[in-house]
Amino acid sequence: MPIEVIFFIEVLAGGLLAGVMYALVALGFVLIYKASGVFNFAQGAMVFFAALTFVSLLALQWNFWLALLVTLAVMVVLGLVTERVVLRPLVNQPPITLFMATIGLTFVLEGLSQLIWGSQPHGLELGIPDVPMEWLSQRWNVNISQFDLFAAFVAGLLVAVLAVFFQKTRIGRALRAVADDHQAALAVGIPLQHIWAIVWAVAGFVALVAGLMWGVRNGVQYALTFVALKALPVLLIGGFESIPGAILGGLIIGATEKLAEVYVGPMFGGGIESWFAYVVALLFLLVRPEGLFGEKHIDRV
Amino acid sequence: MILSVEDVSLAFGGVKALSDVSFDVKEHEIRAIIGPNGAGKSSMLNVLNGVYRPQKGKIRFKEKVFSGMDPHAAAALGIARTFQNIALFKGMSVLDNIMTGRNQRMRCNFLQQAIWLGSAKREELEHRRAVEEIIDFLEIQHIRRTPVGRLPYGLQKCVELGRALAAEPRLLLLDEPMAGMNLEEKQDMCRFVLDVNDQFGTTIVLIEHDMGVVMDISNRVVVLDYGRKIADGTPEEVRKDQKVIDAYLGLAH
Repeated sequence: MPIEVIFFIEVLAGGLLAGVMYALVALGFVLIYKASGVFNFAQGAMVFFAALTFVSLLALQWNFWLALLVTLAVMVVLGLVTERVVLRPLVNQPPITLFMATIGLTFVLEGLSQLIWGSQPHGLELGIPDVPMEWLSQRWNVNISQFDLFAAFVAGLLVAVLAVFFQKTRIGRALRAVADDHQAALAVGIPLQHIWAIVWAVAGFVALVAGLMWGVRNGVQYALTFVALKALPVLLIGGFESIPGAILGGLIIGATEKLAEVYVGPMFGGGIESWFAYVVALLFLLVRPEGLFGEKHIDRV
Repeated sequence: MILSVEDVSLAFGGVKALSDVSFDVKEHEIRAIIGPNGAGKSSMLNVLNGVYRPQKGKIRFKEKVFSGMDPHAAAALGIARTFQNIALFKGMSVLDNIMTGRNQRMRCNFLQQAIWLGSAKREELEHRRAVEEIIDFLEIQHIRRTPVGRLPYGLQKCVELGRALAAEPRLLLLDEPMAGMNLEEKQDMCRFVLDVNDQFGTTIVLIEHDMGVVMDISNRVVVLDYGRKIADGTPEEVRKDQKVIDAYLGLAH
């Protein structure tokens, strides 16, 4: 293969795989938005909190699996406590009130995690090296990171499980019902608090997975909270209510920003990767404001 | 007696929505609540399924006494309802909406559903069958996959009835089931209400403005005016009652 084609494939694959990582963060937002109509600004802080807790436990010489299990438990408890302390008193308040509450939660989580574990950046290893797949590079001369593939596989699995859960089970249906209309959900006997608790616990779990993947990639440090900002254009493209949308949005953002950086970037002196995603999202907003998979709301007058 | 309401009073600040209202509902009966606008009919229904908690009075349901319900508990006891301004899940399909009505009856826990194995799957199929029967009963097979938000008003009312029926309730509360419907839709809805009462033995309490309908299908009627009960009896008795005539037509001074 000519070197240009190989280079293009490498850039595209790198972009798509990075996109899956964005999708992983976006997934946390989608879950909570679907079930409570709240844009959870604290998702980034939850990702950071999960990753920091995990590496700090590892640093205390804990066993890998034990640390993972304990962190998972911590995230689930965190989700449950958030529902009880922050959201329950705000039932039936306008969305903006709930949104503000999650901004507050962001600062509490950021402060709390650094208070407990310190603000030292940590490295993170999951035992899967971030090196090119050997047979791919020998056979096709294409370099694609092993870890990227692993992360993509994990994300894909997570999405498949969540999609089935939402579409096919009673609790999934109850979650969608609650998201649609609180009052009506109560009237058919869906326990609102119970459902919210489940959603926040699951969002905590997703935050942990995202935290681990991003922690390996960028190191576990405060900047991890800003990963959440990259999830915003993903959500705008995919739609706030759609799990498949989060994945496709992630892929689009990942691929376009990497390709743009390599092929368009030099015209602007480089570094367009950090803002190109938002330009793409803006264009989407102009053409399809509800996102690719978003629900189009028809209002009767 | 499946339900009796004893001296229920409900106020919002200084506004009295209900004052010392008492009435009872017999098993297998169709009981109508009528009255002019603002008489407290919907408030009464909201007290029955726990949206509002009365300041005074008791509700006796199936031999148990409550000073107030909450919606979740009411649903668990077998009280289902529809709303005056349809409260369906607009983004979800007709099928999914009706399935939420089965929520109370499904037992599998979170973990079983998370892995979606054996028992959870079997349970889902079993309830799906019950829901298909309701869809057949209401003759809405052709729209089962349509998102509810896209349906015309009359059909939405129908779906909401279906969701309430899916819970297999002992007591069904209908808040103006025929409001805003055309003649044909009204006739269909009347037939459904009578069939539900007849085939499933469901006790029904309904609020309705169309007097023709009320007189035709209900066994007994409660009349409310300004939050007080002014008459109670069979449709014929209520129709002749001087207080009811005054409330509806206004009193000559």
